[in-house]
Parts: sequence; structure tokens; C-alpha cells
Amino acid sequence: MISQNTNKDEAKRIIYSVNNLNLWYGKDQALKNLNFTIEENDVTAIIGPSGCGKSTFIKTLNRMIEIIPNVKTSGEIIYNDRNIFDSAFGVEELRTRVGMVFQKPNPFPKSIFENVVYGPKIHGIRNKKKLMEIAEVSLRNSALWDEVKDRLNSNAYGLSGGQQQRLCIARALAMEPEVLLMDEPTSALDPIATAKIEELIMELKKDYTIVIVTHSMQQAARISDKTAFFLMGELIELDKTKTIFTTPRDKRTEDYITGRFG
Amino acid sequence: MSYDVMQQNKDKHFLNTEALKRRMKLRIILDKVAKGIFILSTLFSLLILGVLIYRVWNQSVGWLNLRFLKSNLSIFPEKAGIHGPILGTLWLMAIVAPVTVILGVATAIYLEEYATKGKFQSFIKTNISNLAGVPSVIFGLLGLTVFGRLLKLGSSILAGGLTMSLLVLPIVIVASQEALKAVPGFLKDASYALGATKWTTIKTVILPTALPGIMTGSILALSRAIGETAPLVVLGIPTLILRIPDGIMSDFTALPIQIYYWTLDAVLRPEYANLAAATIIVLLFMLFIMNSIAILIRNKYQKRY
Ligand SMILES: Nc1ncnc2c1ncn2[C@@H]1O[C@H](COP(=O)(O)OP(=O)(O)OP(=O)(O)O)[C@@H](O)[C@H]1O
Ligand SMILES: [Mg+2]
Repeated sequence: MISQNTNKDEAKRIIYSVNNLNLWYGKDQALKNLNFTIEENDVTAIIGPSGCGKSTFIKTLNRMIEIIPNVKTSGEIIYNDRNIFDSAFGVEELRTRVGMVFQKPNPFPKSIFENVVYGPKIHGIRNKKKLMEIAEVSLRNSALWDEVKDRLNSNAYGLSGGQQQRLCIARALAMEPEVLLMDEPTSALDPIATAKIEELIMELKKDYTIVIVTHSMQQAARISDKTAFFLMGELIELDKTKTIFTTPRDKRTEDYITGRFG
Repeated sequence: MSYDVMQQNKDKHFLNTEALKRRMKLRIILDKVAKGIFILSTLFSLLILGVLIYRVWNQSVGWLNLRFLKSNLSIFPEKAGIHGPILGTLWLMAIVAPVTVILGVATAIYLEEYATKGKFQSFIKTNISNLAGVPSVIFGLLGLTVFGRLLKLGSSILAGGLTMSLLVLPIVIVASQEALKAVPGFLKDASYALGATKWTTIKTVILPTALPGIMTGSILALSRAIGETAPLVVLGIPTLILRIPDGIMSDFTALPIQIYYWTLDAVLRPEYANLAAATIIVLLFMLFIMNSIAILIRNKYQKRY
């Protein structure tokens, strides 16, 4: 039922390897026996109808899902040779390696500068000069520097929605993570802001491994290398984006991407 | 449905426009009546307050002056002042403010952020809310038993301060809980997603965001504490204090106590009523200042998100 294409030709390093993952909210099972690999420097897009478990899955990758009470999991998620559910692997450590950008921009009610350096600061970097360097690099990498360099000390909520979202990306980048998880990062933005973020993602994939949930088939087609199609908590198909959009193996995938679903 | 029936329905109006207009007029009148009732209720309370302040102010005129604020108790009304009670009230605040804020905020943080949501937690929460409604005399009795007698603090500033702290602690806890609850989840998520621990998140995101609400609640609680009389009377706080308090173990008297006894004694000498009125003005002024500070804090530091 699950068709997966392991590329033997181009042997990329595997960052995440999800094995038989199940997840329950109380008694309701939201993820069913997932098997999934995520490779280095890939943009992996996750598509599927509303409620199929995309957010649940992406939040499991950095264990943010555990903030919700009564969540139970089984199976394993190997991140760089270690099971993230191992008690020896602290969530704090995992989350410094795996950054997250949320659907709705969520800056802190602090200055732009304080937002970007929040992560480095709470992890013990106090040197002002060092923090300033981190802020500049992160803001440059999130393509926001030119727009905010003259007002680093003004409140982040004075920025537009798109700028706020790039600030949140900068804030995640400031931790120098290996992976960036993005849950519908452009769904609250207008087309121009969306285009900017997509451009940014294309730039970031050189240095980061990116997993992005999207409701826009076009977005998945434009920016991703791999696409995963979820349906009712199951992974139906994971393959190269081109393959998914031209010759999907599963009938349900084809129905969904051609809009014949439901 | 046949074509004919559909045609018929098309010509028929389901809503009778005349009746509709009539009912609308009625509702508009009703709206005006409601508005009038609410305005009248507000005016009524304002009127009572106005009369009260006017009468007290009238009685205090000529008595309220710098000498009154600076001199101490005396059997001669012309010489009597409230230097002692003012200091006593300030000392009381010096105990109540730190004790309630530290205990209250810590309890609220535990209940909102750490305690697992369940029966036990909601049981505690309900009981704290109930405590906020217990008559202040009861707290006075508790203070007398525990602080006055058991811990042998007598009727010192410490005993009075701790008793008052117990009285307003539930208010501070409930206000702080509300302020913490109002911190949006997406801010906490942002912090956790950067690898922050719970305590770091509380320290750097949750508390700063909730602080205006917590401070407003605390100041209002404090102003309740300095206006309360009953617990102090039960504790046996005297009014005849000739020595100025100089530490937390000193005996003391406070403004509301002074007002209480002068009002009682007004039957002996009518001038005491004037002294009580002047003291009321001083107490009201302190409360007014504190409430203004609370409002200022709320307006100035309220976070935008
Ligand atoms: N906090 C929760 N408690 C209980 N059930 C939940 C919770 N969050 C999600 N679910 C359920 O889990 C399933 C998957 O939800 P999820 O949010 O992962 O879907 P999604 O694919 O992200 O949908 P969308 O595209 O609308 O964002 C849904 O059936 C949802 O009702
Ligand atoms: Mg979702």
C-alpha cells in the first residue's frame, strides 16, 4: 500500500528515519503505522486533505506534540542515529537541532533584535557583540536584514505579516539548526509575501533540511524535492515531487492532486 | 415541487413588511429603555459616592492640615494627629506587598503552568476562589490564633501584616492566574520550539507578558488590605499608641482602626467625628493614588500581540 522510492543512484545522508510510528490523541488514532525517510538538504513537502495528520506528524518530529495532554506514541523516529523518544535524548536538545516555523507568525512581544537572539540568549550566549553578529547573519539569511536594519530595537509587532514570518524564520535560524520544520508557513500571507518566503526556502535548502506542510499543490510542486501524500493518518505515497505530480503510483494520490478527491 | 407551485411561492411574501416595521419600532424603544435603566443605575452609585465624599470633606475642612498629618495622638482634639497610623499603614503595606506577591504569583504559576490538569488542581482552584469570599473577620480570628497566640507575635506589625496577607492572598492568586491564562499559547510554543525549558519560558516569555495583569491585581489587593478594619480589631490592634513604630515587631495602629475608634468616641466629644473625617480623606487619597498607579501600569505596559 505504501509506495516509497529509495534512491539508490544519489545516496544522500538520511536525517530522519521514521519507523512504524503511531500516534493517539486520547483514544483517537491520528497517525497510523508511518514509515518515512527524510534526506539531507531536501525540501520535503507534506500534502493531504484537512485533518489527515500533517501538523500532527510535523510536530512529532521535534516532539512539540507532547505539549498537548494525553498524546501517546509508539514506534520510533531515528534522528541522526538516535531515537528521539529515548529518555537520554532531551527534547530541549532535539529542538535546538530542529527548528520550527508556525502557521501563524508568532514573534515575541519584544524588539526585533530580542526576537532573533532569543534562542542563543537562553542557551547561554551573553556577549553583546556575538549576539549582534548572530542577529545580522540570521536576518540576512532570512532576507529581512535590509528591511529592518535601522529599527532593530522597535517592537516586532510593528512589522507586516510577511516580515513577521521571516523574523520567525530568522529566529529559528539563529539556533543554527540542521532541520527546519514549517507548518503552512505562508497560509496567512498574501501572494507577494508568499513568493518571498518560497524564494527564501529555495535559498535555505542549500544549508538546511526542510520539511514543509502545505495546502497549495502549486507550492509543493514549485519548491519541494520530495512530496508525501497523507490520507486519514496514513502515508499513502512518498516520492520525488516530479513523480508524484506526473506519474503517482497510488490512485488516491492521483485523485487528490488532480482535484478529483472526495 | 411542480413548476406551478414554484411560481406561486415566488409571488408570495413570507414576511409581512408592515408587522415587521411595527416590531422593529418596538425593539428600538426597548433599546432606549434599557439604555436609560443602565445610565440611571450608574448615576445612582455615583450620586451616593458624591454625597459621601461631600459630607466627609465638609466635616474634615479645618481639621485636615499638615499639623494633623505630623502630630501624634492626643486627648485634645485640636492637638491630635495621625502620624502614627500613617506609619503603621505604610509598615503594614511593607509586609503585605512582598508576602502576597511572592506567595501569590508562585502559587498561580504552579497551578497554571506546572500542576497537571485534573480533579486535584480544580479542587484547589475552587477552594482558593472560595477563600476570596470568606468574611474578613474570620481571617482576623485565624490571624489571632496562629500569628498572635501560637507564634506569639502578639499584635505586632508582623502579626497584622501576615493576617492581612492571608486575607488578600486569594485575590492575588486569582488575578495572577487570570493574567497567566491570558498569555497566548503561540508565544509559549515559540519558546519551547527553540529548545527552552519550562522555567526559561516562564521567566522570559510568560511572566513578562502577564506582568501588567499581575501588578494591577496585586495593587488592587493591597488597597483592599489597607482599608480593612475587622481583622485588625480582632487581632487587638490598639489605637492608643503613643510610640511611633520602628520595626516589624513594634505595636502599631493603622488608619482604618483610627477612623473606627474616633467614630465610636464621637459621642464623647463631637470633634472626634471631624478627626475621623479627616483621616478618611487621607485614606481615600492613598487608595486613589494606588488605584491610579494600577491603571497607569495597565495602560503603559500592556503588551501588543
Ligand atoms: N489537540 C488535539 N486533540 C485531539 N485531536 C486532535 C488534536 N489536534 C488534532 N487532532 C485530530 O488529529 C487529526 C489530525 O489533525 P492535524 O491537525 O494533524 O491535521 P492536518 O492535516 O494538519 O489538518 P489541516 O490541514 O486542517 O491543518 C484530526 O482528526 C484532528 O481532529
Ligand atoms: Mg495543520
